[in-house]
Amino acid sequence: MNADLLFQLLLNGLIVGSLYGVVAMSFVLIYKASQVVNFAQGEFLLIGAWVCWYTLTAWQLPFVWGFLFTLAFMMLFGVLIQIVVLRPLIGEPVISVIMVTIGMSIFFQALMKWMFGVFAQPFPPIFETSSVGLAGLQIKTVYLLSLAMSVVIMGGFAWFFKFSKMGLAMRATAFDQQAAQSLGVSVRQVFALSWAISAMVSAVAGVVVGVVNGVSSALSFFGIKVFPAVILGGLDSIIGGMVGGIIVGLLENIAQFADSQWLNLGNMYRIAPFYVLIAILLIRPYGLFGTRDIERV
Amino acid sequence: MTALSAMTPCGEFRTSYRQDTTIFPTALSRNLMLAMVAVLCLVPLVADRYILDLMIRIGMLSIAALGLNILVGFTGQISIGHAVFFGFGAFASAWFVRHGVPVVAAIPLAGLATTVVGMVFGLPAARLKGLYLAIATLAAQFILEDFFARAQWFTGGVAGTITEYFSIFGFYFDTGERYFYVVLAYMVVMYVMAWNLMRSRDGRALVAIRDHYLSAEMMGINLTKYRTLSFGISSFYAGIGGALYAHYLLFVSVEAFNILFSIEFLGMIIIGGLGSVIGSLFGTIFMVMLPEVVQWGADALSGGWIDRTLRLSNSISFLREMVIGAVIILFLIFEPDGLAHRWRMIKAYWKLYPFSH
Repeated sequence: MNADLLFQLLLNGLIVGSLYGVVAMSFVLIYKASQVVNFAQGEFLLIGAWVCWYTLTAWQLPFVWGFLFTLAFMMLFGVLIQIVVLRPLIGEPVISVIMVTIGMSIFFQALMKWMFGVFAQPFPPIFETSSVGLAGLQIKTVYLLSLAMSVVIMGGFAWFFKFSKMGLAMRATAFDQQAAQSLGVSVRQVFALSWAISAMVSAVAGVVVGVVNGVSSALSFFGIKVFPAVILGGLDSIIGGMVGGIIVGLLENIAQFADSQWLNLGNMYRIAPFYVLIAILLIRPYGLFGTRDIERV
Repeated sequence: MTALSAMTPCGEFRTSYRQDTTIFPTALSRNLMLAMVAVLCLVPLVADRYILDLMIRIGMLSIAALGLNILVGFTGQISIGHAVFFGFGAFASAWFVRHGVPVVAAIPLAGLATTVVGMVFGLPAARLKGLYLAIATLAAQFILEDFFARAQWFTGGVAGTITEYFSIFGFYFDTGERYFYVVLAYMVVMYVMAWNLMRSRDGRALVAIRDHYLSAEMMGINLTKYRTLSFGISSFYAGIGGALYAHYLLFVSVEAFNILFSIEFLGMIIIGGLGSVIGSLFGTIFMVMLPEVVQWGADALSGGWIDRTLRLSNSISFLREMVIGAVIILFLIFEPDGLAHRWRMIKAYWKLYPFSH
């Protein structure tokens, strides 16, 4: 019985972890391209999920069109945020940039509560069968969808950064801004694009979580959970973000299992990643895959 | 900080380092400050409950905000967990009182206890900087918040803690009018201490670390020591502020010290001005008054068509949060040096009016 529970929890961990991974990747994308630590990443999920929910319930759009509308909206939103809020702060100290994203986080979280209320709203049903049997376990269809989505997004990222022109330009900018600029890469475009992609990808994760759990402001906690994931994986490594996300997802569920079986402390699910975060910061602050910065004077 | 030296108006000449490091550059500024404190002493005689409550809250919070400013503005270490240290001070003071310590002694003791906790969490600060430290303190926020909810013996768990009025020799400071003087006294002491710290060797070491930590280290400043010290000082201020808060409200709840509160502290020092002692006070006044102004605005509009279409009066708490977020963003974009900078400009302008060049 315990083994069954453990297995189920591990599976949950893998699925939730892959979502953390997706959000972590989009977080790392912004950090790599523009050196901005985005504390408002969770609000991207939140806004995306609410917009999609609104198109499905108020406008009665079919899911596909609502989803596409959400992506388009988030793209514009990401670009707009970059131009209006982040561009004036280029060259400012790191505290200002962190604080401005924190300010955005509070603002949008409250705005969403104001517009849509504080209660969780369920998505209209999207799939006809709510769960499928797989190797003796019942898995919700949306979970399968979310896993598939994560894999597709990962594949998309890999292709984008390896083969597309814009992706290469982004990598060049991340590596050395001045050199990239002198080779004709428009750094402004790269910054705006990185925010657009990040907002879109986060919104996908937001919609998936919204379909599973309903849309509520709890979604923005993903933006906080992303920190253990990215620090574990290394702040400037996209693969690291993915791996870190999955590890954090598994870890949460293992902590919950250990807690329910032996420790009985309660709330470990929420807190365990932060203990790990502190430990990593003390031992290996650049993470598993991150580059270690060496400072020269 | 280059703007600072350009801001000094002509006509102000200093011939020794002693003059350069005095707290008050001129006799007039010292007298004005004394007069200000004297006027504040008269406030409880005339002010009503509401204004008095606002001023007490400003006093308590501004002490904690000053602590955060020493850490963030003067040392350049970011902390996104200041509210839990404020909360720790509140719980610690209540705990000491429960164990028979008189309130007068419990407040400084709570400050010291918070210093210890702050230094424990500040130890990573010796190794980390910039955004890594920000993330570490974010983790500290959640870990300590969890600890508050868990530690029945210390905080009373989810039920919270009840504590006593401030009293000296059997005289109870049990009304707002009386407690105002306690807060005012603490505020004056803590602000003068901060001003004094900043002209001492230790204070200048902190500023040197902020400006260029490698150069500071080469000049013989022990980075580990001063970064941890800065965390300790900041936690001490937070602890004192929190203890004052506990003995004002008489009830400390576990939920009060969430991340939003921490962010409000950061907002205070950004709005007031990073690296300015008096700016911490300006920022706190701004941040405390802001929700009140939102409330007034909503009250003025209540019943009208704007209120009905936008559901203003039902969502006042969201509006407050939105305004806080928006103000932080706007200040960072348009006035990154904060209100303290504006204050210096005004002073510089009037100093040699009408020949202000």
